[in-house]
Amino acid sequence: MKRISLEDAVAAIPDGASLVVGGFVGVGTPERLCDELVRQGRRDLTLITNDTARPGMGVGKLISARCVRKVITSHIGLNPETQQQMHAGSLEVELVPQGSLVERIRCGGFGLGGVLTPTGLGTLAEEGKRRIEVDGKDYLLETALTADFALVHAMFADYSGNLRYLLTARNFNPIVAMAGSRVMATADHIVPVGVISPDDVMTPAAVVDHIVANH
Amino acid sequence: MNPQTLIAKRVALELQPGMLVNLGIGIPTLVANHVPAGIDVFFQSENGLIGTGPVPEPGFAHPKLTDAGGQAVSALPGACTFDSAFSFGLMRGGHVDMTVLGGLQVDGGGHLSNWMIPGKLVPGMGGAMDLVTGAKQVVVAMQHTAKGKPKIVSKCSLPLTSLRPVDLIVTEMAVIAVVAGRLRLQEVAPGVSVDAVLAATEAALEVPEHVPSMPV
Repeated sequence: MKRISLEDAVAAIPDGASLVVGGFVGVGTPERLCDELVRQGRRDLTLITNDTARPGMGVGKLISARCVRKVITSHIGLNPETQQQMHAGSLEVELVPQGSLVERIRCGGFGLGGVLTPTGLGTLAEEGKRRIEVDGKDYLLETALTADFALVHAMFADYSGNLRYLLTARNFNPIVAMAGSRVMATADHIVPVGVISPDDVMTPAAVVDHIVANH
Repeated sequence: MNPQTLIAKRVALELQPGMLVNLGIGIPTLVANHVPAGIDVFFQSENGLIGTGPVPEPGFAHPKLTDAGGQAVSALPGACTFDSAFSFGLMRGGHVDMTVLGGLQVDGGGHLSNWMIPGKLVPGMGGAMDLVTGAKQVVVAMQHTAKGKPKIVSKCSLPLTSLRPVDLIVTEMAVIAVVAGRLRLQEVAPGVSVDAVLAATEAALEVPEHVPSMPV
């Protein structure tokens, strides 16, 4: 069932699921899916996302409502609730340099085991990671990330599920859309097939499992 | 001139035509307000934009056109957008000519700490580690001291952002270049003496015979 209601989409996500979610400080985040996860009281989620936004915004809502047990992210500085829950021990936070985080997600979606990056060498970001030398240069091995569900938000989705993002709301979304076992998309505008021309499709319908109905 | 403006103006003199430049939040953001006349540069926002323009006039902002702090920006003619993998490829791949970042500490070897204070403040590194590792030129724009204590220290006590040394440190007191792993006093701010800079700096500084004043 490609077209799905918001309630049914979120009902398919069980407690304890892992989610990889698009968006950057709440811009390009599937806001309605976050609202509905909170409304349905989901618990113990593992969240993979660039940042935890601000309280009351984007994935920040999932943090505030204590839906999340672990978050893998690059920045929590704009959300004091993430820091409070981390210091209290109720939320596990794995910080990853932003460029390494997006590459880990890309590896997961593109069938790669990991990526070699110079970023983080000799810093706290190296902890627990393998250092690999290639042609005399050191790199860190950053391993692939995948999730049970990928949640993305587009400007346009056509009836078949092709997606087009707008401006800086693209960010992690097209990478995220490749890394979930089931891919759910919300869109500002759901439009007939053909409105998004082939060259403008940023995520092909073939990888999108569900288009979430608008109100 | 307040310290932040002085720092931003001096950093802006480092810009060369055609550069791709990434500005961090805080003082670095102000650099965009002081680009010298006749110098066209490309500003990158790491959330996926080259051609970042000023804050739009009221009523002309778009919620999906933002900088890396989530604030509304405009896009200049010729701007382009891209996903985050591409954005960080620009940095690590050496396509970003200059990054300007804030700092908590820089040490005598030019190493930067700017992403956490253990036990107190853990914002996360965001894009800072990638920028310092990959940009061709790394400029730190920060106040010389914090609560009277030097921020340019012998050895960073805070977690490092990268093992790669920065290239230039610009404060409201001085311009300090990092040359072969050592700090060299390059300029002093107008009205600031070399002795005052040395007194406010913990790390060893090489001081040439003549230290010119900042051309701001």
